[in-house]
Amino acid sequence: MKRKDTAPAKSDLSVRLGPLKLNNPVTVASGTFGYGSEYQDYLQIDQLGAVIVKGTTLEPRIGNLPPRIIETPSGMLNAIGLENPGIDVFLQQHLPWLREHQVSVILNIAGNTIDDYTRICSLTEGHQGIMAIELNISCPNVAKGGLQFGTDPDTVEQVVKAVKAVTSIPIIPKLSPNVTDIVQIAQAAKAGGADAISMINTLMGMAVDIKKRRPVLGNVFGGLSGPAIKPVALRMIYQVYKAVDIPILGGGGIMSTEDALEFIMVGATAISVGTGLFVNPLLPREIIDGLNQYMMENDLTSLEEIRGAAVL
Amino acid sequence: MPLEKGLVIVHNRLSHDMYQLEFISPEMAARSKPGQFLQVKVNALNTPLLRRPISIYDVDKSLGSITLLYKVVGQGTEAMSRIRTKEYLDVMGPLGQGFNTSPPGRKILLIGGGVGIAPLVYLARVLKAKNYQVKVLHGADSRRNLVAFEKLREIGVDFLPATDDGSAGFKGLVTDLLATKLKASQIDYIYTCGPDAMMKTVAAYANANQIPGQVSLEEHMACGVGACLGCARQLKSSDREMVKICKDGPVFDIQAVEFSVQGEVSR
Ligand SMILES: Cc1cc2nc3c(=O)[nH]c(=O)nc-3n(C[C@H](O)[C@H](O)[C@H](O)COP(=O)(O)OP(=O)(O)OC[C@H]3O[C@@H](n4cnc5c(N)ncnc54)[C@H](O)[C@@H]3O)c2cc1C
Ligand SMILES: Cc1cc2nc3c(=O)[nH]c(=O)nc-3n(C[C@H](O)[C@H](O)[C@H](O)COP(=O)(O)O)c2cc1C
Ligand code: FES
Repeated sequence: MKRKDTAPAKSDLSVRLGPLKLNNPVTVASGTFGYGSEYQDYLQIDQLGAVIVKGTTLEPRIGNLPPRIIETPSGMLNAIGLENPGIDVFLQQHLPWLREHQVSVILNIAGNTIDDYTRICSLTEGHQGIMAIELNISCPNVAKGGLQFGTDPDTVEQVVKAVKAVTSIPIIPKLSPNVTDIVQIAQAAKAGGADAISMINTLMGMAVDIKKRRPVLGNVFGGLSGPAIKPVALRMIYQVYKAVDIPILGGGGIMSTEDALEFIMVGATAISVGTGLFVNPLLPREIIDGLNQYMMENDLTSLEEIRGAAVL
Repeated sequence: MPLEKGLVIVHNRLSHDMYQLEFISPEMAARSKPGQFLQVKVNALNTPLLRRPISIYDVDKSLGSITLLYKVVGQGTEAMSRIRTKEYLDVMGPLGQGFNTSPPGRKILLIGGGVGIAPLVYLARVLKAKNYQVKVLHGADSRRNLVAFEKLREIGVDFLPATDDGSAGFKGLVTDLLATKLKASQIDYIYTCGPDAMMKTVAAYANANQIPGQVSLEEHMACGVGACLGCARQLKSSDREMVKICKDGPVFDIQAVEFSVQGEVSR
């Protein structure tokens, strides 16, 4: 370990995710951090690179019946069913609180039609404090018989284009890993005008209760997250980084600084921590400190110096 | 910070699958209220991954310790049972809303089923210290699983056990003991925790006799702080909103809950 006497106590961890300037690359993943206040006793949330809030829809949603979560080997399945109070409540109650606490907010939105997405985006106009909008496109598209938006390149391009037309806030589509060719989807997002992309959302899975001879989850299928999906996330980010020129917000199973470094080395500009928070609520803070230490030990002036370093 | 690595000072096997673990955390002990719970990380590995919710069984404020009572039912609690004294327990908490410790009336009944006795013991201690008349009913399969017996005797409350095999106390279900041996007019307030089927019967009894009270519910949890919405449950089929067991509960008023088969977790 080499450390020069002149080395600054704090490295410059700031990153540029397309048009966004983040103080550090560490964000918290949508749906794992509520609307920010829940983890106040554990983290100073204004220190996070950004808080990506719970997936929000046009109308309130009650969500799925329990059980909604079940642990699986090195991971968990969730089928929350997008329970949320709707965009109006977010704008009136949660956003002012986040603004007061000087949090960099990325709003995550979900819909079942392109119109849902554009209407939510229009409603956010004029509200200060939303740094970017993350589009959850792992939702069933009613116009396509419930097929996920994120699985069809044409639809991805259309929905991104449609929201870009109604808002000036940067748009970050969040890619679903449940596709044959992730590069094609990333290209479509870029063609639609995406400012950055976020990946990966959860992998669809299920678990069976052999005593009851039934699926465990009320919703039958759920989204797999946690360390179990990290290799898939890394592989997909690697492929997209190599083929598509667009900034990447990477996540999936990050549990440590070392994991975060792996994501940066396959091309992620920023990272998100989700399931890891449930295990260690201090994790985002520990990764920020860990990256700082890594930069000092390796004489880095910017994380740019290692971004994509492992991409051959 | 509600996150701690507490030194384990006692870890005993009480019966073939029940354990008692005591660890030091003066700050957590000072803040803990009856009915609250902790999220325990049973080892430092990714398997089991998530923390396990375990109730606060007893608190010793002078020693600054918290005691847990748990039953080994799967991978997580099995791994927990292998923690040794002088090791550190990784705990988050205290979490959730605890019991009302100023119930109306004087005659208080606590009914626990199996390991569901866990959150009621510290409650018994706090109520007793406030000079309430406390009676505790505990149902277990047999005498060897009446594991809270000594603590309850030390606290000095009335203790009425029920066992399936009749090896101690009333032979049969604790709810039958309630129905046949107690007078509803002698109960001002009821607290209960245990299998849903048992709580359902107790709730029906409380409602029929217009006795107020509280129940402690369970659901699978991830975050434990209200952020993931994983532990949601609909308390009544007429409710239009779900509650989060970890943050709005785990304690709820008995009258607010409808017990059904749907979505229940059994102990
Ligand atoms: C608020 C609360 C307080 C509790 N207090 C106690 C206590 O004091 N003593 C005690 O022995 N048990 C208690 N439980 C139940 C305890 O959390 C489970 O027995 C334990 O999580 C099982 O983990 P496992 O890995 O051994 O079992 P597995 O069945 O292998 O667990 C698989 C997954 O399901 C979850 N799970 C399984 N059963 C339950 C359950 N009954 N409730 C919630 N999640 C469950 C686990 O957390 C895990 O994520 C409490 C539960 C809650 C919600
Ligand atoms: C309980 C839970 C709820 C989630 N809710 C959302 C959501 O509302 N919108 C969304 O885009 N992703 C949601 N996700 C996915 C996460 O944001 C993240 O992409 C995924 O879990 C992978 O990262 P991780 O392994 O670090 O958790 C959710 C994940 C979990 C575990
Ligand atoms: S466990 Fe996450 S909201 Fe209750």
